[in-house]
Amino acid sequence: MTDTRFHPRELLRGFLRPIDLPLLLLLGLLLAYAFVVMMSASPERIPSLQVNTAVALAAMWATARLPAQRLLSLALPLYLIGVLLLVAVDLFGETSKGATRWLDVGVTRIQPSEIMKIAMPLMLAWYFQQREGQIGLREFIVAGLLLVVPVGLIMVQPDLGTSLLVTAAGVYVIYFAGLSWKLIVPVVAVGVIGIVAIVGFGDQICQPGVDWPGLREYQKHRVCTLLDPTQDPLGKGFHIIQSTIAIGSGGVLGKGWMDGTQTHLAFLPERHTDFIFSVLAEEFGLIGIVVLLAIYVLLLLRGFYIAAMAPTLATRLLGGAITMIFFTYAFVNMGMVSGILPVVGVPLPFISYGGTALVTLCLGIGILMSIQRSRVLAQA
Amino acid sequence: MMEFRTPDEELGRFRRRVVIAGVFIAVCFGLLVARFWFLQVVRYDYYHTRAEDNRIALLPIVPGRGSITDRNGIPLARNYAAYTLEITPSRVRDLEATIDGLAEIVEIDARDRRRFKKLLEESKNFESVPIRTRLTEEEVARVIARRYQFPGVEVQARLFRDYPHGELASHVIGYIGRINQRDRERIEESGDEANYRGSEYIGKSGLELSYEAVLHGITGAEQVEVNAGGRAVRQLARTPGVAGNDLELTLNIEMQKVAEEAFGKRRGALVAIEPATGGVLALVSKPGYDPNLFVDGISTEDWKSLNESPDHPLVNRAIFSAYPPGSTFKPFMAMAGLSAGKRTITQTIADPGYFMFGGHRFMDDKIGGHGMVDLPKSIVVSCNTYYYQLANDLGIDGIANFMRPFGFGSRTGIDVPGEAEGVLPTPEWKKKRFRKKEHQKWFGGETISVGIGQGYNAYTPLQMANAVAALVNDGKLFRPHVVRHVVNPATGERRVVEPAPIRTIPFRPEHAAAVRQAMVDVNKAGTGARAFAGAPYSSGGKTGTAQVFSLRGQRYVEGRVSERLRDHSWFIAYAPADKPTIALAVLVENGGFGAQSAAPIARQVIDFHLLGKRRDQPAGEDADAADESDESDEHAGHPHAGAPAAAAEPAAPEAGGQDREPPSE
Repeated sequence: MTDTRFHPRELLRGFLRPIDLPLLLLLGLLLAYAFVVMMSASPERIPSLQVNTAVALAAMWATARLPAQRLLSLALPLYLIGVLLLVAVDLFGETSKGATRWLDVGVTRIQPSEIMKIAMPLMLAWYFQQREGQIGLREFIVAGLLLVVPVGLIMVQPDLGTSLLVTAAGVYVIYFAGLSWKLIVPVVAVGVIGIVAIVGFGDQICQPGVDWPGLREYQKHRVCTLLDPTQDPLGKGFHIIQSTIAIGSGGVLGKGWMDGTQTHLAFLPERHTDFIFSVLAEEFGLIGIVVLLAIYVLLLLRGFYIAAMAPTLATRLLGGAITMIFFTYAFVNMGMVSGILPVVGVPLPFISYGGTALVTLCLGIGILMSIQRSRVLAQA
Repeated sequence: MMEFRTPDEELGRFRRRVVIAGVFIAVCFGLLVARFWFLQVVRYDYYHTRAEDNRIALLPIVPGRGSITDRNGIPLARNYAAYTLEITPSRVRDLEATIDGLAEIVEIDARDRRRFKKLLEESKNFESVPIRTRLTEEEVARVIARRYQFPGVEVQARLFRDYPHGELASHVIGYIGRINQRDRERIEESGDEANYRGSEYIGKSGLELSYEAVLHGITGAEQVEVNAGGRAVRQLARTPGVAGNDLELTLNIEMQKVAEEAFGKRRGALVAIEPATGGVLALVSKPGYDPNLFVDGISTEDWKSLNESPDHPLVNRAIFSAYPPGSTFKPFMAMAGLSAGKRTITQTIADPGYFMFGGHRFMDDKIGGHGMVDLPKSIVVSCNTYYYQLANDLGIDGIANFMRPFGFGSRTGIDVPGEAEGVLPTPEWKKKRFRKKEHQKWFGGETISVGIGQGYNAYTPLQMANAVAALVNDGKLFRPHVVRHVVNPATGERRVVEPAPIRTIPFRPEHAAAVRQAMVDVNKAGTGARAFAGAPYSSGGKTGTAQVFSLRGQRYVEGRVSERLRDHSWFIAYAPADKPTIALAVLVENGGFGAQSAAPIARQVIDFHLLGKRRDQPAGEDADAADESDESDEHAGHPHAGAPAAAAEPAAPEAGGQDREPPSE
């Protein structure tokens, strides 16, 4: 009798059991913000945004319900499937706008590189877990190889943004796993010197006809555009110029919701996806930005807290890496639309329109929740 | 590198790394906040302006140009709407092919092409340039139907300027033309750029030039929001333009027509003034030109034929060309003699037929002289000897000082642009005029020539007419004007151009009365009698002849030389005699004696003015059989017999100015 009786509170509790409320609250705030901005940027996409959000939340919930160990046991198959799909893309993928990124699987097109965003940290965390207690140079070399293979496959598509994010995801796991500073510092130093050199010699290396080893022409353009967007204000620099105008003209208080002229008169390119931040900055100003950053910071703090409290090495590494991935998305996107990073096609996490990215990000949230739950269970 | 760690140590290191990652995140987000602070606070004004510039476009609303009507409301310059076929060069890949293609649909002749090329050179690449104007409706339909074949080609409805009377009064009205680089620079200098945004035309000469600011109006603006594609999305604000004011002239176009027809094919000028106001009733310069040719850019061949014609049709002879006044100067000399007390009205001199000065014999026209000559008779028979003596008695400075207040040798200030000063000769003037020391000295003999209106004297027909007006208007000299009312078409408000008295010349009324009576007698019994025979009104006049000294500056054309060597014919007049309502000066170039060609023209104009009568044939064409007495009488004006010094340096600089530089087109 009692078992079959309808207990709404019990049902709700059961539903909420895998959920981490602080994370859910912060996610809710971000998604609400996304709706508000999207209503201004591209109201016709609200219905599909609702669908995307529902799917993403369901995916998050499903993931959160899984015990962390179950998730980790999926690492190797997921990774292998991902690599196989990437190879398949390079062999039979669909080409659009000069890049081969999609695979037609009959019902829909999928972008296997998205899978790697989750599969990569999962795989490396699982690997380090296997080697726990004896992690040394050999393990780091293996981890490096596990990282390089899919990243290489993504880069040849070519897709610089995704390969950077996947690289970052793997590097974060390796970093948290304890890679020696003696190795980190020189790499970072070389990177910094490289950036300084590019900026310093921007005029020379951006001359037409100068080939950049390892990078495509359009990638070179992106960097050169960043260095001097005014060189070609109606061509490749148009996006950055119009985006900075949108941000700057927002001022402290913003122009008001629905009143962004750059947005509504179509000066802003891709205003519902990569450049949605400019819409937000134009209409809500510096205050709107600070609110967004505050939510992100709280989200990151919660993620780090969960990771620091996680019961096993793998969950710690996974939690830390996922949190850092959120940061990377946010930083790279805001950096590129405000003109301090090249335009590499990274969405603003939880705000930019795009079903795949939203699902991926919510899976990340779900994983964090799963980790948090596994700690609670372990303590219990 | 490999070291053994306890799980606790492991955890501790992980947490340290999380903290370090947190610091890294803080630095990165700090960097972003700094960037947003820079964009949204420090450079807010700049980006705000950029965003506004992005979205707001200002489209000018060009005001309608004011019309010009004569004193009876007859339109002299007006606007009409018509379609033009225009090409924006920057949007066309192959200009020649496009024009060839268009030529298959509408008629585009070689002239259109040449004019297009010329306009193209003067315009900027993104401006549309007309290839054909005044399309018929059928042509418009044909172009519209096939417009898709011609990107960058558009049919535009535009306002055109039309001068319905063509050559009539062309020098007064002037013309507008497309704004060229020089106009643009002038507009920029005067800070009027905003008002000329979108304007294509500007006054180039005549009243169209001098009243440009009044006629143009105030350009309105439409503020529209544009999207990234440059398409206007909505109107933000609209400031309607203010149409230009209309001009209503003192000019009577009917009288102008009578006068111009009276000239026939002859060259010359006529100015008729209302003495009481200085209002100009007619201002003729022949030959004229059709101002309509200039409106859309004059074709090269039209320009050539106008600019290189030996008749100089573009020169406004009435105000720009100065001629020696000949015997028409004598009434003013008589006034000078009376005012200076050198002569009385009844005082007589004996005229032996010549005047001896400095060993030279200055000849009178009549062998043996006119006998006893008093002041009235000196005017009626145009006695040279009387004025040789008088000039000698007054001295050159005495003459100049008396003449100056009449406006001789200075610009009258008429509202038609391009006026010349003329020359009122004095020793100082000569010093300035000539560079060589030996040419600068003033000779007494030169004063003698000036006394009969020859020598260095050179006045515009306008100056002569205005001086006559002052003489018959109790010495009140006005600034002559052509515009009577400036009318605001929107409010109907009429701003009256008040008569502008310059000065009252202090001569005694009885002196003027005597001179005027003598001038009336000229038309009754003297040199003007033939022209005014049978006139039902009483008028005053004076004939004159100005010798053509030289052919300098003119091309030698065989068969014409003899005609061009003939003297210029003058006539000054006023009517009615007791209360004059018209004062005029007529000059016919190479017209011979004043009585022969100039006086009949004056007669027709005065007839029209007082009687409303018009004659159909040009005046004075039948005057070849001019009476011998007139002819010999007028021969008196020739100074070359007796004034060698004066003849040394011909006509004043202004006279040479006929070969002026071409206008900007």
